Amino acid sequence: MKKLPTHLILIFVSLLSIFPFIWLISTSLKGNAENIFAYPPQIIPTDFTWSNYSGVWDKVNFIGYFLNSMIVAGGTVLLNLILSAMAGYPLARMEFKGKKVTFFAILATIMIPFQAIMLPVYLITLKLHLVDSVNNFAGFIGLIMPFAVSAFGIFLMRQAFLGIPKEMEEAGIVDGCNSFQIFWKILLPMVKPSLAVLAIFTFIGSWGEFLWPSIVLTKEAMYTLPVGVNNLQGMFSSNWRFIAAGSILSTIPILIFFLSMQRYFISGENEGAVKG
Amino acid sequence: MYNSKYAPYLFLLPAGIVLAVFFFIPFFQTVGLSFLDYSSDIYNPSFAGFQNYIKLFHNPVFYKVLWNTFIYLFVAVPILAIFPLFLAVLINQKIRGATLYKILIYLPVIVSIVVAAIAFKWLYAEQGILNYLVTSLGFNSIGWLTDPKYALYSVIIVTIWKGIGYYMIIYLAALMSVPNELYEACDIDGANFLTKHLTVTVPHIMPTIALVTTISAISAMKVFTEIYVMTKGGPLNSSKTIVYYIYERAFENLDLGFASAMAVVLLVIVMIFSLINIFCFERNKYQL
Repeated sequence: MKKLPTHLILIFVSLLSIFPFIWLISTSLKGNAENIFAYPPQIIPTDFTWSNYSGVWDKVNFIGYFLNSMIVAGGTVLLNLILSAMAGYPLARMEFKGKKVTFFAILATIMIPFQAIMLPVYLITLKLHLVDSVNNFAGFIGLIMPFAVSAFGIFLMRQAFLGIPKEMEEAGIVDGCNSFQIFWKILLPMVKPSLAVLAIFTFIGSWGEFLWPSIVLTKEAMYTLPVGVNNLQGMFSSNWRFIAAGSILSTIPILIFFLSMQRYFISGENEGAVKG
Repeated sequence: MYNSKYAPYLFLLPAGIVLAVFFFIPFFQTVGLSFLDYSSDIYNPSFAGFQNYIKLFHNPVFYKVLWNTFIYLFVAVPILAIFPLFLAVLINQKIRGATLYKILIYLPVIVSIVVAAIAFKWLYAEQGILNYLVTSLGFNSIGWLTDPKYALYSVIIVTIWKGIGYYMIIYLAALMSVPNELYEACDIDGANFLTKHLTVTVPHIMPTIALVTTISAISAMKVFTEIYVMTKGGPLNSSKTIVYYIYERAFENLDLGFASAMAVVLLVIVMIFSLINIFCFERNKYQL
């Protein structure tokens, strides 16, 4: 009973957190016979219908947007895992000339916000012909490459490699492994938890990215989910039933991902995964 | 080859190429472009010296967006530094349903900012549910996104709403490190909720509070999508921030030199925050 005020506050904040979605869902389920601007507002639809969902599904290529998002997020995750692990390994385990300079150069990229350099990034992407007007494949590469590696990922992997005892590596050297084999066969399997954290956070970041795809994409067939959802506003100007249904539809995949991986997000064990 | 002295460089090469092409070259290009004039001929820029900067510092819209960006900081950052800490303290009391609360409060973090902005646009609609609340309390309905007095704050609310869960989880992790004995000592002394947390929790997790402050400040400087989806910077530039103005001048007006000069200003501000963040609060993470 002593904890009742605590629960009341938390219930209130939880409701505030989900209410915008609840209201969107409510609107998406209201038929044409019901005024969506009615005062007082009705949470439970009186003219209940699924037709907004089927209507928006027929007019908008959600499967296409979803697949585009999967390709971009999948490619971004894969490259981040490979490039971050490769770069983190020598920074953690080897001595070489220029190590300090490399270290600070990577650290410096944390201070460069994408928003400040997006114009030259766009000009470079055009110069490299990595845009969808060349072909779809080039378009995907152009969406992925600016986010293919980050200082955040490199430092996360470096940290993971630092935690492995030196003896593991020495055993490999005795067995005649070269440094690539040590990396691939001995060290990489031991940093799987960090790879998982990196994969999940990179996936979420890439999945929600809006600014870059909205700058580079020219073809509707290449739209990722966030760009496609934003486009609903123009397509259905004031048809809020359709806009609401489309927004909810587009959220289902990431919601499933979140709920099945929730321990990674809310356990607080991944404090190292704080992204700047 | 993999055992040679070149091995470390081979491992670093792929990441190095990506960082060079998509971070370092664009960084120097941004600075370079800011000294060029594209306004007469987009394909043949001429050297402009400091003209773009002079134009920038004589442009009233620039001061407006700079001011808006600072309002964003002053409103969003204190709330995002304090309120999630309060929630984390509440959830940390070993209460029932803690996981469910965490999931629900974290939900806005996970959902695409585009969907979040659309959902709020719907709440803010002229005859929307928020204006129903306002009018039923006896006030005139508010132009949440259409009145220059309110538009910026309506957008800030979305940024705050979307960030609370994220910072709450960071605080929850930090709270695990506060020794329980300290709280027990407080209970014996009969300290109330507020004194207990002001004397034990806050001093103990001060580094995390500072970290959250700098991270949320850096992200407030970079806000774009909320504004793009909800107001396009309007009405009358009232909700336009630096990043949005850079986007507009670069990609809509094709005034590349001017946009780059503004990007350099943004770079300088963000770098200051980042340097504070890296050297004061995240030394351990980078083992400096």
